[in-house]
This record gives sequence, structure tokens and C-alpha cells, in this order.
Amino acid sequence: MRFKDVFSIIGPAMVGPSSSHTAGAARIGRAARQVLGELPREAEIIFFGSFAATYQGHGTDRAIIGGLLDFATDDHRLPDSVELAAEAGMDISFRQGTGLFPHPNTVRLRLVGRDTGTELTLTGISIGGGNIEIVDIDGFGVKLTGMYPTVLINHMDYLGVLASVTDVMRRGQFNIGHMSLDRKNRSGAALTVLELDEPATAGLLQELQALTAVKSVKVVDLNGVKQEQKGKESTP
Amino acid sequence: MNFQTLSQLAVLCEERGLGIGALMLEEQSAESGRPQEQEFATMKEYYGVMKEAVHRGMTQDTTSRSGLTGLDAQRVGAYNAASEPFLGGPAGQAMAYALAVSEVNASMGRIIATPTAGSCGIIPGVFLSCQERFGWDDDYMVSGLFAAGAIGYVIANNSFVSGAEGGCQAEVGSAIGMAAGALTELRGGTPAQAIHAVGLALKNTLGLICDPVGGLVEIPCIVRNGFGAVTALAAADMALAGVRSVIPSDEVIKVMLEVGSAMPEKHRETAGGGLAQTPTGRQIMKDLRNKKG
Ligand code: SF4
Repeated sequence: MRFKDVFSIIGPAMVGPSSSHTAGAARIGRAARQVLGELPREAEIIFFGSFAATYQGHGTDRAIIGGLLDFATDDHRLPDSVELAAEAGMDISFRQGTGLFPHPNTVRLRLVGRDTGTELTLTGISIGGGNIEIVDIDGFGVKLTGMYPTVLINHMDYLGVLASVTDVMRRGQFNIGHMSLDRKNRSGAALTVLELDEPATAGLLQELQALTAVKSVKVVDLNGVKQEQKGKESTP
Repeated sequence: MNFQTLSQLAVLCEERGLGIGALMLEEQSAESGRPQEQEFATMKEYYGVMKEAVHRGMTQDTTSRSGLTGLDAQRVGAYNAASEPFLGGPAGQAMAYALAVSEVNASMGRIIATPTAGSCGIIPGVFLSCQERFGWDDDYMVSGLFAAGAIGYVIANNSFVSGAEGGCQAEVGSAIGMAAGALTELRGGTPAQAIHAVGLALKNTLGLICDPVGGLVEIPCIVRNGFGAVTALAAADMALAGVRSVIPSDEVIKVMLEVGSAMPEKHRETAGGGLAQTPTGRQIMKDLRNKKG
């Protein structure tokens, strides 16, 4: 099922004007920010399809940047995100992509982290109603919806890694709703994405991090942080 | 969710002796693992945002950033009050409210996507006007939102709900279907009647293309929300009167998928055709580009 619950139909609460081009874009940006794990110093934003044709009118540019600032879809600061990001020292460029793309509303983000210089290339699609899928992270095919607390594990492709990961999950009583694994080649680098039923705890992340063959662990949780500035009107 | 089609939804309602809204609340809570009270509270918060948006659109300046739209809801509201409109009354009110929310959206205000932002006016438009008219309390309206959500869930998973994928039939059309079904239930119709309302409504928007001028969610989106509210009321009335959708609603949803899949890309939110590419539409787009410099 592409749409999993009632709030993917009624919702999200968002600043207009477009659920796919504004709210969905903000969520892709925010997912990217959380995968990167820090504020980007550089952000290259590459639009495809309908995103490329209409991004200015829908505020898709502002939404993506707002997401990179970790704003929720209904944050009243979204319309001013480009200025806020510039103040925060983010170097932003927008361009139109060429070549194949998986969906009419596709965006690719190339980010460089401000603190660690970590680089990230991520591709997301906005499938309607503010719902998204992250389909590619640094060349790994993934399927990350942001609907659930999500754990991303960068690891080496050894026999038994997955078993030890699921064992940690089982011991911590974390139920996995969806899981995907992609690897560059046999015994090479691999990325496993786990969508969980409940938010990941610090303890869980530590245990995963401690496993042999695990290089890094990241969390994406687009619903976890409650919207700030509740009840306040957005700036016109 | 334990249902994938509207007919399965109706069967489940019958088995559990519940309306669509109450059933969806149970299903939602089972799916998310959160208690029903919590899911209900979230939806109630959303209803609050819808009310705020109606109020804002009826009282404040909603001129969009492009300057192309705004304040039409207030024009319709004033006209309803001062003249003898063809619709007037509750239908005129629903139309004005739907326009109001859409204009708030276009001016980058806060709304609830139902199912998308482009179609965000229809459900609040009919819900608020009917609440005022029939004196329903907020909790009753929130159960109506769950019913609308159940219908939208089926449409979205069997067809689509974004203009970029399936044209405006998928956005405005779906919202009208959701609103019509929910209204039917709120007025005491059976789940079967509510589902007929969905099919009746959807048939009226099949083939509607997505052709926003300049790519902005303004023209024709805002007025389509106004019309959509009126159509939802009409479909609910027909269903409550006993009119049936002879082609079952699940089959109508499949037709929407077929028609949307065959729609050329220029009619799917790219502003490459339709109203966006009329001489005036093109001129507006040119002016917008120049404005940006
Ligand atoms: S014309 Fe397109 S953008 Fe406007 S409401 Fe319809 S589907 Fe949405």
C-alpha cells in the first residue's frame, strides 16, 4: 500500500500552496538533513520533471531549504527559509536535472555537512498529499517514507550482519515494519534501512553502532518532533 | 488496514456494526499502535486548523504572493448576504468557505491537505457550513473526517491523489468523493449510501486535467474548490435520496486510474497545457518570470 494510514490522506498540517511541491518537498529536505546529521554548509538542489517546471511558483525551493533547516511542514518560517539559511551560512544552488528520473516530482540533493564535511547525495520523490519516498542514498537503492521512525545502518556486507541487527531489535523489543538492504557489491559497503513501529532509543542506536561491520547509524524521524510555534499564524 | 476497496469497507462496517468513521478510527489505531483517543485528538487538532483557515480566509487579506488571486471568498460571502443568489443558503456558504481555505493556501497560510493542498478547501467548506447549519458538535465532525479519510485511503491506494500523477480528477475529484461520502454518513446515511455518494461524485470529475496557470496552485484550483463543495453537497443529497451509482464506486475509481494514466504529461501539473497554455495563461507566466527578474 502506498498510503498507509488516515493521516496520509487527511494531513499533513502544512503551509501552502502545494502538498506535493511544498509539504512533500519540505519532508524530503528534512529527511536529507537528518540523514546528513547536521546543518549543510553546501546544498545543491537538482529538480526533475514537474518539480523542475514549477518549483518557484510552488515554493518548492523554499520548502526544501526549510526542510534542510529541520522545519516541519507547518512551520510558519518556511516561506522565509532561503533567507534564514543564507544567514546560517548555507551555500545554496538550484538547477534543472538531466537524464532519467523515477517520478514526475523528483529532486536530488547534494549536501556537504557544516561540521564534519560529510557528503551526501540523496534522491527523493513526492508522491502526492505530502507523502514522500527517499529512493536513493549515496547510490544505494532504498525505500524510506518518513512515516515511521527509521534507522539507517551503513555496514559491510558480511554474512550474519543482518541477523545480529535483528537480534538487537528483538532484544530491545523493537518491531520492524519494513526493511530494505542494498549493497555496492559482494562483501562491499551496504546500507540497511529499517522502518520501526516506535521511536529508536539512544540505547538501541548504541548497541547497533557497537556491532562489528557497522560503520554508522542514523535516524530519520519526521513525526517525532512536535511542531513548534503551535497555533501561530504563518507569515503571509 | 483491513480493507482495500470500498465494498470491503462496507462489509467490515456491517460486520462490526459501525459507521465508516468509527471503523476507520479503530483501524487507524490498530495500524499505528497508538490509542484511539490519541488519534482522535490529532484529527481534532486538524479540524481546528481547518476552522482557523476558514475564519482567516473570510476575514483577512488572502492576496497571494503572485497577486493573481485572493479575497474571492469574501466577495462571494458579501454577495450571498446582500443579494438573492442562485445557490445562496448553506450551499452558498459552503462555496464561500471552500474558496476561503483555498485562498489561505495560495497565500502560504496554514491548512490541512485533504487529500492535497490543491484540494484543501472542499472538506472544510462543507464541514463547517454543515456544522453551523445542523448544530453538530466538533467530535461529530471529527468522526466525519475519519470517514472521509477512509474513502480517500481507498482512492489513493487504488488510483492516485496527486495532479502530477492523475490530473485534477485525482485531487479535486477525490476530495469531492471523500466529502460526499462523509456528508452522507453525517446525515444518517448507511455506509452503502455513503459509498454510492463517492461513486456519484467521482463520475462527475473523471477526466479533469491539472493545468494550473504558471504552475501556481491558484488558477483554476481555487474556484474548483468552490465548485467542488457544491458538487459534494449535491452528490450527498442524491445518495441520501436513494440514487445509486450503478457502476460500483470501486469500478469508478479504476476508471480514474485508467484515465489519469492515459493523460498526457502536459495535463498533469506541468503547466504545459490546458488553461496554463492559453494566450492569457502564457502572458501571466511571462509576467511572473519578469517579476522575478
Ligand atoms: S489544477 Fe492541478 S494543482 Fe490545481 S487543484 Fe487541480 S490538481 Fe491541484
